[in-house]
Amino acid sequence: MGDATQGRKPHDMGGDSAGPVDREEHEPTLTERRIDAMMQLLRQKPRAFWVTDENRRTIESLSPESYRDSRYYQKWCLAMRSLLIEKGVLDAAEIDAKLAEVKARRGKTEAG
Amino acid sequence: MHDHEHDHDHDHDHDHDHHHEHADHGHDHGPFQPDLKEPSEEWEFLEIALRELMIEKDILTAREIQQKIEEWDGKCPEIGARVVAKAWTDPAFKARLLADGNAAVGELGLEVPGLKLVVLENTPKLHHMVVCTLCSCYPRTILGLPPLWYKSREYRSRAVREPRSVLAEFGTALPVDVEVRVVDSTADCRFLVLPERPAGTDGWSEERLAAVVSRDSMIGTAVARAA
Repeated sequence: MGDATQGRKPHDMGGDSAGPVDREEHEPTLTERRIDAMMQLLRQKPRAFWVTDENRRTIESLSPESYRDSRYYQKWCLAMRSLLIEKGVLDAAEIDAKLAEVKARRGKTEAG
Repeated sequence: MHDHEHDHDHDHDHDHDHHHEHADHGHDHGPFQPDLKEPSEEWEFLEIALRELMIEKDILTAREIQQKIEEWDGKCPEIGARVVAKAWTDPAFKARLLADGNAAVGELGLEVPGLKLVVLENTPKLHHMVVCTLCSCYPRTILGLPPLWYKSREYRSRAVREPRSVLAEFGTALPVDVEVRVVDSTADCRFLVLPERPAGTDGWSEERLAAVVSRDSMIGTAVARAA
């Protein structure tokens, strides 16, 4: 909703108009806390696969729709995937295969 | 956090070991919220997939992840409140805190690693309010993880243009002769607001003072109250 300047990236929202602030407190879920923890471990020594600025660059490179519609740690999780692939730590095919396995397992659990 | 025990999303014994240990620790996680649920969205499954792959490939260990989570569960606004209460009772410390935030919090055994910590003093004529318009930069080691609203589009967009309206939504009405100064965080610099010490707190101990320093008063969306 960039109502100020053309050509701004989606994260650059300072000064835009927007609705009321939803002040409801939200305790981070286990999934969110794990994402936060893993992103720190991957960035910090001894691994140091990337630096904070690369993390930001990855999040800021999401499509405007994805940036707008994704939840905070959802963006972090997408960034983690991109950076792990970019840095050659994991490859896309093995991530896809594992993701399919996880979903199949969860579906089975829920059905059972 | 009730969801830990439901987290049967994998078969790794070494990871299971930690769940109960963690579920037992006695933090106040606030009222039950509907977000404490089984993973159901694609990105939540992606988290599981990435974590399991990295553990299988010895890139990370389950124990390290758990330890990092617990390290961060221990970071909370009460840490910042100690810094503020110390500044309220020790003028020399306050002067050092305003001059060099990192060095002064270091005296209390605290760190803001790799970042510059700038402490901004609120006065009867000047009120500071912190935002990160571009993302979510926040003095996490001093205040814990930021609240969801701090990361929201609404707060990030509006804080710099209509801070008094935003403050009003937080129940904070400042007299018109008080200047409101909004500071925008960067990747390299974190801000902590030193709220005004409330009237009627003369002679209070640091501990008693710390109890009236709210998280939001250190972000600048509220003032500290003695009530």
